[in-house]
Amino acid sequence: MNPVIEVSKLQYKYEDGTEALRGIDFTLQPGECVAVLGANGSGKTTFVLHLNGLLTASSGSVKICGMEVNKGNLAKIRQRVGLVFQDSDEQLFMPTVMEDVMFGPLNQGLTAQQAEARAHKALEQTGIAKLAGKAPYHLSSGEKRRASLAGILAMDPEVLVLDEPTTFLDPPGQRDLRDLLKALPQAKLIVTHDIPFARSLASRAVFFAEGRIEAADTVDALIHGFNWEFN
Amino acid sequence: MHHVILERWSRTPSVVHARDARIKLLAAIIFLIVVATTPPMNWLCFSTYATALLIATLTARLPLPGLLKRAALVLPFSLVFGITTWLIGDHARAIGLFEKSYLSAWTALWLAGTTPLPRLLKAAEWFGVPRLLILTIQFLYRYLFVLSEQGQHMRLAAACRAGSQGTAKALFRAASGALAVLFARSYQRAEGINRAMYSRGFTGTFPAVTIGHLTAADAAFLALAIIPVVAVRFL
Repeated sequence: MNPVIEVSKLQYKYEDGTEALRGIDFTLQPGECVAVLGANGSGKTTFVLHLNGLLTASSGSVKICGMEVNKGNLAKIRQRVGLVFQDSDEQLFMPTVMEDVMFGPLNQGLTAQQAEARAHKALEQTGIAKLAGKAPYHLSSGEKRRASLAGILAMDPEVLVLDEPTTFLDPPGQRDLRDLLKALPQAKLIVTHDIPFARSLASRAVFFAEGRIEAADTVDALIHGFNWEFN
Repeated sequence: MHHVILERWSRTPSVVHARDARIKLLAAIIFLIVVATTPPMNWLCFSTYATALLIATLTARLPLPGLLKRAALVLPFSLVFGITTWLIGDHARAIGLFEKSYLSAWTALWLAGTTPLPRLLKAAEWFGVPRLLILTIQFLYRYLFVLSEQGQHMRLAAACRAGSQGTAKALFRAASGALAVLFARSYQRAEGINRAMYSRGFTGTFPAVTIGHLTAADAAFLALAIIPVVAVRFL
């Protein structure tokens, strides 16, 4: 089976000279769920921004479903990789939830009717169909997270990349999100500090430190390997 | 905050709220033109306009005292011009300024209180307002809530550290510092939004969304709202 994400020797240096990524090798198989762990500033978010073409590698390569990430492929890449950001307020910028969910499909060139059908399906899938007409600022944190996810699912992606998905969520919200993600068939890459959340979803994990993947194993093996206290 | 209250009012269920936003916008524009072109001291006209607005407000189930109070916020501005005009001897024009500015503010509040902003903007776009302007207002309004929430958090954080107990100079310094932080955060947020838009295939142009059809009830509402005021003004 061909990997949906194939990253080889990826390096990235910010304009100020900070080396954020120092040779990342990574693959993600279809349907697989992998947790990306590591301290703040270890390069996790910089890494996932490359998967959607929001950052361009200084050297090395990133392939999505066999396609090299480059300017010519960006539209196709962004259709295949759905990125859910840490702060839902940044992701929900349209006046109503429905319009926000339709934003991606309309950008893909779908007609308003097709985009609306996609949006309805995604809203049903995330359990927030009744919020379609609401303004994003009237939603709770959990609802905002679901609306963000619906906006990505409406684009029919093959990979879901979630950056700190449990931030701002209370325990019931975290549980609902976990159940929702478990039910989705797409390959998933979850950047998180939330070890129980990662453990409940991911079949394996990679640990970032100073721009490198320091360790890769099951979540439990990493917990034991690094002597993390975890209840 | 006023925009939060207006937002809540605009979601009230009523026969006026149910009307198409384009009809309400058109009715409000015609009404404002009629008010603006009415000669001062024409008491029959102005009392008819006030009655029409009163009926429209009550039919929309908007809280009348709250709406009248908020409409009065425009008076300090018209007061400056009104007093100047009064002092140069044109009393009729001075009174007219008050009447017209207050009725116009009432009309604008009625419109904003009966139509959620997204629908109002869509209606404005239908009437040919440039899409770039519509989008700018849309973003401004959307993130006004986020920024006001952040501002409230900062105010609470300052109050927790006795931020309201200092001298006027210290309070001014704290307020200006908070404003600077809010500005920097707005900038960061703008970058985040930009990234989120591009990650969902944004190419620099917003896709247009269609608007619904007008009904006979919408046409009847427009006729009922406009014919009496136009008749009393021109006949």
